[in-house]
Amino acid sequence: MWLTRPLRERSTQIFLGVLFAALVVVTFLHLFMPQDSALHVSAYTVTLLGKYLCYALLAVAVDLVWGYLGILSLGHGAFFALGGYAMGMYLMRQIGDRGTYGDPVLPDFMVFLNWQELPWYWLGFDMAWFAFIMVLLAPGILALVFGFLAFRSRVTGVYLSIITQALTFALMLAFFRNEMGFGGNNGLTDFRDILGFNLRTDATRLGLFIATGIALGIGYLICRGIVTSKLGRVSIACRDAEARTRFLGYRVERVQLFVFVVSAMLAGVAGALYVPQVGIINPSEFSPIFSIEIVVWVALGGRATLYGAVIGAILVNYAKTVFTGVMPDAWLFALGGLFVLVTVFLPKGIAGLLFERRKKRKDPDADPNTPSDTEREATA
Amino acid sequence: MSIIEELSNRNRVFNFLTPVASPVDVRHGPILYLDDVNVSFDGFKAINNLNLTIDDGELRCIIGPNGAGKTTMMDIITGKTAPDTGSVWFGSRHNLLTMSEPDIASLGIGRKFQKPTVFEALTVFENLELAMATDKRVIPTLRAVMKVEYRDRIDEVLETINLQAERDQLAGILSHGQKQWLEIGMLLMQKPRLLLVDEPVAGMTEQEMERTAELLTSLAGKQSVVVVEHDMGFVRSIARKVTVLHQGSVLAEGTMDQVSNDPEVIKVYLGEEA
Repeated sequence: MWLTRPLRERSTQIFLGVLFAALVVVTFLHLFMPQDSALHVSAYTVTLLGKYLCYALLAVAVDLVWGYLGILSLGHGAFFALGGYAMGMYLMRQIGDRGTYGDPVLPDFMVFLNWQELPWYWLGFDMAWFAFIMVLLAPGILALVFGFLAFRSRVTGVYLSIITQALTFALMLAFFRNEMGFGGNNGLTDFRDILGFNLRTDATRLGLFIATGIALGIGYLICRGIVTSKLGRVSIACRDAEARTRFLGYRVERVQLFVFVVSAMLAGVAGALYVPQVGIINPSEFSPIFSIEIVVWVALGGRATLYGAVIGAILVNYAKTVFTGVMPDAWLFALGGLFVLVTVFLPKGIAGLLFERRKKRKDPDADPNTPSDTEREATA
Repeated sequence: MSIIEELSNRNRVFNFLTPVASPVDVRHGPILYLDDVNVSFDGFKAINNLNLTIDDGELRCIIGPNGAGKTTMMDIITGKTAPDTGSVWFGSRHNLLTMSEPDIASLGIGRKFQKPTVFEALTVFENLELAMATDKRVIPTLRAVMKVEYRDRIDEVLETINLQAERDQLAGILSHGQKQWLEIGMLLMQKPRLLLVDEPVAGMTEQEMERTAELLTSLAGKQSVVVVEHDMGFVRSIARKVTVLHQGSVLAEGTMDQVSNDPEVIKVYLGEEA
């Protein structure tokens, strides 16, 4: 089956193995190391790592459409934020009457705005299953409608990038408005619990971290499954010679739509896991800058490798955490500088660097008749 | 208004009467029929009252000076360009003007482009795999499994186009001539009824040309082949019937000897070469 096929390939085994080991090690160090030990991982760090994993999943989603389909989406932050809002709405409803105003149904900001009843689109979000389905459906449907219109009109290249950028910007402006009913510029916050577990306990935070790790593993597997299937090869064909693919009898716009929707849903899941860990979702997640930053992570890590996107997302965000702590003003310069350096000296990103080294060390004259998967991707 | 017009047109089969996925109907002989086709780009008439009939199983060469409309004609047949007026029929049942590019391709019209476009980031084998005539919808493609019969079919074509040794190499590192063959191989994988081949021997060595000529002549009979080519020696070596295009319409048609003795043709085309 297409989903289990990547389990047989080396790179996926290594990736999932490393991810699993990281989850186990962090869990162990958090639970069993004494608080004052140097090896102890604090709850704060666990949540921070969980956040990185959310970004990693988001980066994988972007790499799927950019690396393999050639669609440079500068609006994936929108799908991430929509998934986040769907989760945020669920968490808001879970507060119940424990809010500042004590209204059993209405979230605080609605009481504050003098709303009398819940808007229709908030109905059902008190049920976890409904909210979790909406985490997939909200970004999925937006991607479906947007993609249908864009791909059918054969909008590609920079034009598509600009439109995706406009999409996320328009959504940001819309979500800033109080009348939208999503908390305006304050967004949704002050969450209490998820599925009955208190969000403020260390155990729940650890649980969310592990759940994010599992989601990243599954998301990676789905993307890898698509990429190694015949559909993945058709995607690469669409990326490199769209017209030619059409003459072979493939409906390019449908391939693009399918992969784009899958990617948007993965981004939505990343957003949904992000919100309970950071404790807030507001329209700034829709900001165009954020979407561009995601692309920078992927470019730094190495395009069209998937694991490169994960490396890029984690490294850049770690650097961001360190840098904004030490020299907050210099961060954007550092990010820009890093991007320029990698583009000039490492066109294949960090993954490309790792791979080139391994190839040199292993066997310079590898049998051309059996190119490894990584080799094929590196050239792609 | 237009409905009345449509109803009064008596030699027309109505859309609702033609099953979409029906096989190509060649009982009346021709597999491709272009009638009075006109195309203009910004006032320039690229195709001017073009009439062309290709019989089933025929190998036809189309020659003509630059700008004669050869590539535009291929664009019209494959659905890339819509003509201003005229009609294009595939067999006597399929109106190509109402169909999209992928539909036309899956109906059985394969095209090789002037500039070889193979998927450079994929291997030779994968290029052929993508071209294979199978279910090309999204979900079946996602779930597609490489069956033994598919593999055999690909290996068979690899042998025909003489690229067995390059089977697992990236198509991007093939030589120009090999890319041309790979493209022809991709056409064969589609099992088309009609092959449109645009300048197949451009950039090929003498030997490669000979092999290509052999390949194309061996295809004729089973499939119909339309070759657009500049190289007169090559055309002479394969052609049974030649059509000369000039300024978007047919100038002459016949065997190579007939057309090369036609004074009009000598004037506009061969005259330059002689």
